[in-house]
Amino acid sequence: MFVFTVRRILQTIPVLIGVTILVFLMMHLVPGDPAQVIAGEAASEQTIQQIRERLGLNDPLPMQYFNFIINALQGDLGTSIRSGQEVTSEVASRFWVTLELSFYSMILSVFIGLIAGIISAVRHYTWVDAVMMIIALFGLSMPNFWLGLMLMQYFAIDLEIFPVSGWGSPEQLVLPVIALGTAGAAIIARMTRSSMLEVIGQDYIRTARAKGVKERIVIYKHALKNAMIPVVTVIGLEFGTLLTGAVLTETVFSINGLGRFIVESIQARDFPAVQGSVLVVAVVFILVNLLVDISYRFLNKRIDLN
Amino acid sequence: MSNDANALKISDLRTSFFVEGNEIKAVDGVSLTIPKGKTVGIVGESGSGKSITSLSIMRLIKSPGQIKHGSIAMNGEDLLQKSEREMRKIRGNQISMIFQEPMTSLNPVYTIGEQISEVFQVHQGLSKKEGRAKAVEMLELVGIPSPKERVKQYPHELSGGMRQRVMIAIALACSPELLIADEPTTALDVTIQAQILELMKNLQQELGMSVVLITHDLGVVAETCDYVAVMYAGKIVEYADVYTLFNAPKHPYTVGLMQSLPRHDKDQEELNVIKGNVPKPDEMPAGCRFAPRCPFASEICINELPDLIETEDNNKVRCWIYSDKWDGNPEVNVADDYKTARSK
Amino acid sequence: MTTKLLEVNNLKQYFPIKGGVFGRTVNQVKAVDDITFHVNEGETLSIVGESGCGKSTTGRAVLRLDDPTSGEINFDGENLLQLNKRQMREKRKDLQIIFQDPYASINPRQTVRQVLEEAMAIQHVLPKSERLDKILELLDIVGLGPHQLDRFPHEFSGGQRQRVGIARALAVDPKFIICDESVSALDVSIQAQILNLLKQLQREYHLTYLFIAHDLGVVRHISDRVAVMYLGNIVEIGEKQEIFDNPKHPYTKSLLSAIPVPDPDRKQERIVLKGDVPSPIDPPSGCRFHTRCPFATEKCKNEVPKLRKTETMTGTHQAACHYIEDIESGRKQPNY
Repeated sequence: MFVFTVRRILQTIPVLIGVTILVFLMMHLVPGDPAQVIAGEAASEQTIQQIRERLGLNDPLPMQYFNFIINALQGDLGTSIRSGQEVTSEVASRFWVTLELSFYSMILSVFIGLIAGIISAVRHYTWVDAVMMIIALFGLSMPNFWLGLMLMQYFAIDLEIFPVSGWGSPEQLVLPVIALGTAGAAIIARMTRSSMLEVIGQDYIRTARAKGVKERIVIYKHALKNAMIPVVTVIGLEFGTLLTGAVLTETVFSINGLGRFIVESIQARDFPAVQGSVLVVAVVFILVNLLVDISYRFLNKRIDLN
Repeated sequence: MSNDANALKISDLRTSFFVEGNEIKAVDGVSLTIPKGKTVGIVGESGSGKSITSLSIMRLIKSPGQIKHGSIAMNGEDLLQKSEREMRKIRGNQISMIFQEPMTSLNPVYTIGEQISEVFQVHQGLSKKEGRAKAVEMLELVGIPSPKERVKQYPHELSGGMRQRVMIAIALACSPELLIADEPTTALDVTIQAQILELMKNLQQELGMSVVLITHDLGVVAETCDYVAVMYAGKIVEYADVYTLFNAPKHPYTVGLMQSLPRHDKDQEELNVIKGNVPKPDEMPAGCRFAPRCPFASEICINELPDLIETEDNNKVRCWIYSDKWDGNPEVNVADDYKTARSK
Repeated sequence: MTTKLLEVNNLKQYFPIKGGVFGRTVNQVKAVDDITFHVNEGETLSIVGESGCGKSTTGRAVLRLDDPTSGEINFDGENLLQLNKRQMREKRKDLQIIFQDPYASINPRQTVRQVLEEAMAIQHVLPKSERLDKILELLDIVGLGPHQLDRFPHEFSGGQRQRVGIARALAVDPKFIICDESVSALDVSIQAQILNLLKQLQREYHLTYLFIAHDLGVVRHISDRVAVMYLGNIVEIGEKQEIFDNPKHPYTKSLLSAIPVPDPDRKQERIVLKGDVPSPIDPPSGCRFHTRCPFATEKCKNEVPKLRKTETMTGTHQAACHYIEDIESGRKQPNY
């Protein structure tokens, strides 16, 4: 277990390096001179030169990357062109909003998904199962921005139960969290169902029944823990989807989170801001997957090192 | 409670599976008694209904399967009339079961201690801690070395033979009156099989329980059973004490089975095989189910299903040859004439 | 008269175990550890043993389905281990294998005709126009009818599928067939049909079999000679009659005595071995059987016994035990 954890942590290092290189190159892969792009079409040669100097674009590429990493490690992600503020503090203030939104959505997805999946599996081949899976299919196929707009129209504008936009108060949470969490709930429900169905057919479930164990305990103790193994992986992947989904949901509900920040920064061609926030999102995503892998192994004691 | 000499009496058990509107009669009118303290073997090839019979006793038949008819009497009560709740109190307590696949029959995410302890918690209301102490005792009983360390291990850390010992420990935890062993050694190597069979035999004597042993291995039957029921296509075709069955088998299927068995203890020129295949469930013959493969089959066999006939030695056989209605060669001796009959 | 069709010399098959933080090779599974045997043309040599003894690994190594760690595999006078991929592919025309479950090795979307056709096409057996006749002939040989020509594997029963597997092996006119637990999954009555078929084919086509099995009844029925394996070593080898009626190695004896006899009147003396087979990762020193052997001494722990023949053994019979004579004369008694 310890060796595995250490090895898994070491394995994330090349991935992190790869991500930083990609994020760094982003700025240079855009056609044309980044400084020119930042300065705009009409800018004078002198302005462009200034920008270049300020961003260190005159250094050789590896040197620039090296500086970028050293600065990033010290918590310095550069200065936003749009606001003139430090990217680090801009990202930090919004990061928690996005994390909060994703976290609540995740809880909603897992909670609803697991319950629906288990019920579906236990009531396999009944109308309950059929209805749940149809709902799940809807949940899966609805884009979150569209669902957000529908929710907003119905619950905020028509019924006026929840506020239309913003972030902070509990009422403001409800609609964005539902909009963002629905697809995840559907995926988790489907995964839980198929995984539970597979596990319920296993020999050790028959053994548990033959022991005289109550059906409820057979399901929740013997089957669920085994069925959770593949579901945990899906939950981990879902978190990544949530982070990207947050971009649209935040835009729809005018939430001042990281997603909306990225969109606005892209529109304003604020490269340091885009670079910094994408880096943060990528790192969080990698870390979450690391956690998932470790907990996966904790659940599934049979996985061997080879 | 009852002075019945039988631990279990199955009467006319019928269990079917309903697939795509078709009824597949997996067990079709099985009657069988298990005398107290004895071992009764149920022998048959795949699809004979022997495993479904055992799962029916436990009432562990799941949809699309269904017990349609019959009674299973234990201590004067019919198990088939009991509620699910009452059945739960019997499973793992009065009747226990061990299965063929020790590799997959234990839950991979719980320690073997937890899995044994659970039986004590369910049936005797013990705490986790008390159950754990009992689990150590059980592991010792089934001959697992250093049981105190083993209780903390997970199934994947144990060999197949060790896992089957754990399964036996779970099954015997509450000293059941009846143990159903469904192919308990089929997945094991012979030297390990020998260990497990010896263990089961010793524990049976120690605890005085009755055993139903389901197997396809005639060697295991000869070695461990007192009585044997041979099943073919959902029905019992022969029932006899083990000596009579092996020394004077009566049903052509039993004879064919024995003569097609390659022996490690003697040389055989050619195996006297049974021709053809087991009939598919949806293509059951109208008469005797073995008739299409039987070298002795005559007119009546093809048209009419024979009853289980009681023979002079108190055994039973489902074959027209032993009835008054037999219309074939009256001099036929199944065991002696099998070879010549099948080569025709 | 007897020519050696297959000669295996000092075959070793080790599988690496990766582990640790950097995934280095930390250890090896010594699945087959220095075995030597041969198979004469037209005979059946069986390899028997319990799971993990290396019998299937040996079969796979002969076909080079896994590349052996070291050793020599001479087939028909040619060392298979020195052939390149293409030459080996061509050689496979002569060496075929029949698995335990042919269903797992046959494409489920191919009909019997396509399966056999493909087998012949790969090895360029016969021009295309003559293949159908050959396919029908093959079906007839293995006891299937022409009406089953265009059926898919799932439409067959286990025994019939095994017949398809045999037909596929025969399609390329091989000299040598490895049967890897080929009848283990079948019911007794069907198993007997397949065994009879294999014997009949051997007589008619002068085939040579390497028969890998764990069922000693089956082995006695089909073999001419038998090799008994334990933890990657051959512990005893010889003519069938010798192995079954005059076994010398304590492992062979306990293996034979462990098999239940279908005769309730014969309650035989049984040698029940203690414990499980040790792991092939760190096999016991000296004689690998010493941890379970009732006769084991200090010498067994330290010295690896060689296969050898004593005065009471006939033919090619050999066993690897230090104490054959002493056990036989009763000078050494078992301590259970």
